[in-house]
Amino acid sequence: MSFVKSKFHHPRLKVNDLGLTYRDYEGALSTLCAGCGHDAITSALIQACYELSISPHKVAKMSGIGCSSKAPNYFMNKAHGFNSVHGRMPSVTTGANMANQDLLYLAMSGDGDSASIGFGQFAHVVRRQLNMVYIVANNGVYGLTKGQLAATADKGVKNKAGELSLFKDIDLCIMALQLGASFVARSFSGDKKQLIPLLKAAMSHQGFAFIDIISPCVTFNNHPDSTRSYDYVHDHITTGAVADFVPIKTDITTDCNEGDCEDICLHDGSIMRIHKLDKNYDTHNASNAIIDIEAHKKKGEILTGLLHLKPTVSHFHEINNTCDIPLNRLEQEVLCPGSRILAGINDSFR
Amino acid sequence: MNKHNEKLLHNKPLAPACQATNEFVVRFANTNGTGSASANNMFAKAILRMGIPVSAKNIFPSNIQGMPTWYEVRISEKNYLGRRGGDSELVVAMNSQSIDDDILSVKTGGYLLYDSSRSLNEKQIRDDIHYLGIPISAICLKEYSNPRQRQLFKNVIYVGALAALLNMDFTILKGLVRDQFKGKEKLITPNIYALELGYQYANQQFICPLPIKVEARDLLNNRIMVDGNTGSGLGAVYGGATVVGWYPITPSTSVVEKFASYCNRLRIDPATGKKNYAIVQAEDELAAIGMAIGGGWNGARAFTATSGPGVSLMAEFLGLAYFTEIPVVLVDVQRAGPSTGMPTRTQQSDVLCCAYASHGDTKQILLFPENPTECFELTAQAFDLADQFQTPVIIMSDLDLGMNDHLTPEFAWDDKNKYQLGKVLSAQQLDELEVYGRYLDTDGDGVCYRTLPGTHPDKGAYFNRGTSRNHFAGYTEKSAEYVDNMDRLTKKFITASQFVPKPVIKQGKKVAKIGLIYYGTTSHAITETIDHLKDHGLSADTLRIKAFPFNEQLEQFIDAHQQVFLIEQNRDAQMKSIIVNECQIDPNKINAVLHFNGLPITSRFIEQQILACLATQSANKQAS
Repeated sequence: MSFVKSKFHHPRLKVNDLGLTYRDYEGALSTLCAGCGHDAITSALIQACYELSISPHKVAKMSGIGCSSKAPNYFMNKAHGFNSVHGRMPSVTTGANMANQDLLYLAMSGDGDSASIGFGQFAHVVRRQLNMVYIVANNGVYGLTKGQLAATADKGVKNKAGELSLFKDIDLCIMALQLGASFVARSFSGDKKQLIPLLKAAMSHQGFAFIDIISPCVTFNNHPDSTRSYDYVHDHITTGAVADFVPIKTDITTDCNEGDCEDICLHDGSIMRIHKLDKNYDTHNASNAIIDIEAHKKKGEILTGLLHLKPTVSHFHEINNTCDIPLNRLEQEVLCPGSRILAGINDSFR
Repeated sequence: MNKHNEKLLHNKPLAPACQATNEFVVRFANTNGTGSASANNMFAKAILRMGIPVSAKNIFPSNIQGMPTWYEVRISEKNYLGRRGGDSELVVAMNSQSIDDDILSVKTGGYLLYDSSRSLNEKQIRDDIHYLGIPISAICLKEYSNPRQRQLFKNVIYVGALAALLNMDFTILKGLVRDQFKGKEKLITPNIYALELGYQYANQQFICPLPIKVEARDLLNNRIMVDGNTGSGLGAVYGGATVVGWYPITPSTSVVEKFASYCNRLRIDPATGKKNYAIVQAEDELAAIGMAIGGGWNGARAFTATSGPGVSLMAEFLGLAYFTEIPVVLVDVQRAGPSTGMPTRTQQSDVLCCAYASHGDTKQILLFPENPTECFELTAQAFDLADQFQTPVIIMSDLDLGMNDHLTPEFAWDDKNKYQLGKVLSAQQLDELEVYGRYLDTDGDGVCYRTLPGTHPDKGAYFNRGTSRNHFAGYTEKSAEYVDNMDRLTKKFITASQFVPKPVIKQGKKVAKIGLIYYGTTSHAITETIDHLKDHGLSADTLRIKAFPFNEQLEQFIDAHQQVFLIEQNRDAQMKSIIVNECQIDPNKINAVLHFNGLPITSRFIEQQILACLATQSANKQAS
């Protein structure tokens, strides 16, 4: 294994609209285990950001603690990152977003980080409709402390040490749907074809976007008893629709048969084109999405894809009625009322 | 005298009456949730508007309705604004639950004003105090039909009676009613009518004024009457705070509520009607400070406010902000701990846990305001210090300071004062730099240059992490790099000691034998203490700590005095521990005077402790 990333690249690497190559979106060399699902997520993120021509320095990479939370170090090293404390990424991101609404907040969390220690913060950031992309790399296991069961592990499965999961799992997509997230999707780190359009749509969405990505832990949760192993997920994954992301100002070229196809226009004018595989597939209704997830779970299937999307929901700053200039750019002249007003305030205390 | 107290149930001669002008205590005993607070406040403010210094302490339960609550007003033309302690010259006993104890709290020769609609029982009769019975419930029953009014106007009636008894300026009271109900004009006439009811009754039934009374003076010197939380909330507005996460907790809640209400007046963009600030009521204290830290990382001035239990919850995040060097301001309004403790009582017992908040080796900058004016000034200044030193700054207020009204110098702001934003690199500065390292100490003062997200397309980005890092914010487990970073943080803290507010020293030309060290609200009791020690032939110099880290002046003061007393409002001498630890002082050099019963410290307590300590020492000397 090498410890220094090669800076060598092909001189004629393709560039995007900003004149940046794919490599301009890379980060430090990953220290995660070889084959870790999280690295595949990182690579999908790099691809999605490159293809969308996102300015790296206009991105803030947010995370908590855990294997997943190390991942932001492994993409876009021209973006600032904030590796905070365990389970507290949502509050730090809320404050960061309050201070500057002009950045794209790309947050990476894990199942321990979001479904256990940070469950409360997860719930409340959804409720606040913070404009951010919240990714959970879900492997059903605590990797960094060597294999304890996570709250997202299915009841009845065993971890590598043979310990049985005694309680029902927490499904973060269902939680997000119940709490009013305006974009909810589930995907698989091993399915880039599905994941990249979903990431692009999540980043283009104005509002809270949640993606739960099943991301197998090759070291601690890839054994035959696991329901988060590569083999198990491959065999049990299903989807109600295939989604294409059509960026703004791009002609739609994919074929579409009327009736089993739907275009959802996002806030910035880009389009999410949905090819329905299941005729009952419906992204408009969160309650139906919950029923759908649970119905598939009963059949032993993992439902993936775009589960719910409401492109026009107000996000935090719209609800708060915050001024358009990011708060961190307001000058003292605007912020400080000055001595004359203070004299009047003093008079109110006499 | 037959007009006076004719309903007394006993025939023993009365003790001589207390005599006092502008130097006595009135204690109100009420039931909480009955509207007494605003009436009592009106009483205190009326005295104030007569130009007489007043201090008012609300001693209230952790409850919303139905429990006993007290309001102590000390009237002092000597400007003694600490709680006096001891029995009161006048007790207004309006709570039948607590009346037995309230009767015992009247000073010999003092007065009890009570609701005589129900007669007192024999046990409630003391032969050394005077009884002023007013059938307040009966009057209200006759005058008002609405039950809520019958309750509310009781309070206004006794304030009216006090005006006659204490010789207060009745036109001032009427003016206060008009001020209080500005915008709700319908309420002015009935309130003034209720004042008149009490005023007339007292004038007809009692010899007015009593031997304890007030006389107009001109002793305010432009001071205002306000609580410290208002000062902190307003200080945050003036200090440029824009991002606030918070979670309600007594006694800090009104810090953010005041901030919000001033922002609502002063921080709305006139053109768009949009807010130049954002406040989130968070899910808990952890999230509250998390938000403030997120905002600080992104270059906004951000703060939160809490009390002891919240500080415990925030400790992990305070360590993150210390170690990752993110500016953030925390207003800690201390209450009596540990655990839930006495949530509506005051203490200075978070000093140690704030100074070293979080696991690992951490040190936090603390500021200690003594009055609401300093709550304003130090909260505003805290944002500068946080930005300059890229670290948390904690304002150590307390319940007495935060929630009680204090007579305090008016708030002042110098319009030439520019925010000190510290070392933040612009895109142009980054362009001019050959090498940028987030944790490179290029100036040698321990303070490195930070960059904000979104500043420069290619330069200055770094991964902010709670893990050990090298000069370039890269992860490291190399011992030398870790130690280098920890040593630099120490250096930064030492640099900060020269920028934080200096201690306030009051010393005569000749150094006194005794040196008193104190901080925060203990300040209110100190002038009185010094005067009373003089009565015992003792003179004392004083040093008030305004900030941690300390600077050399504290050590010099301790060295220069033979007898050093450190006065604190906690059990364990927390500030003493810090001084002993940080300044390497012999613990025996400092005598601790510790008051921690939850009520504001009194000068009586301090004097008694000092005198007792000196007496023991001299007895020991003689014995040896």
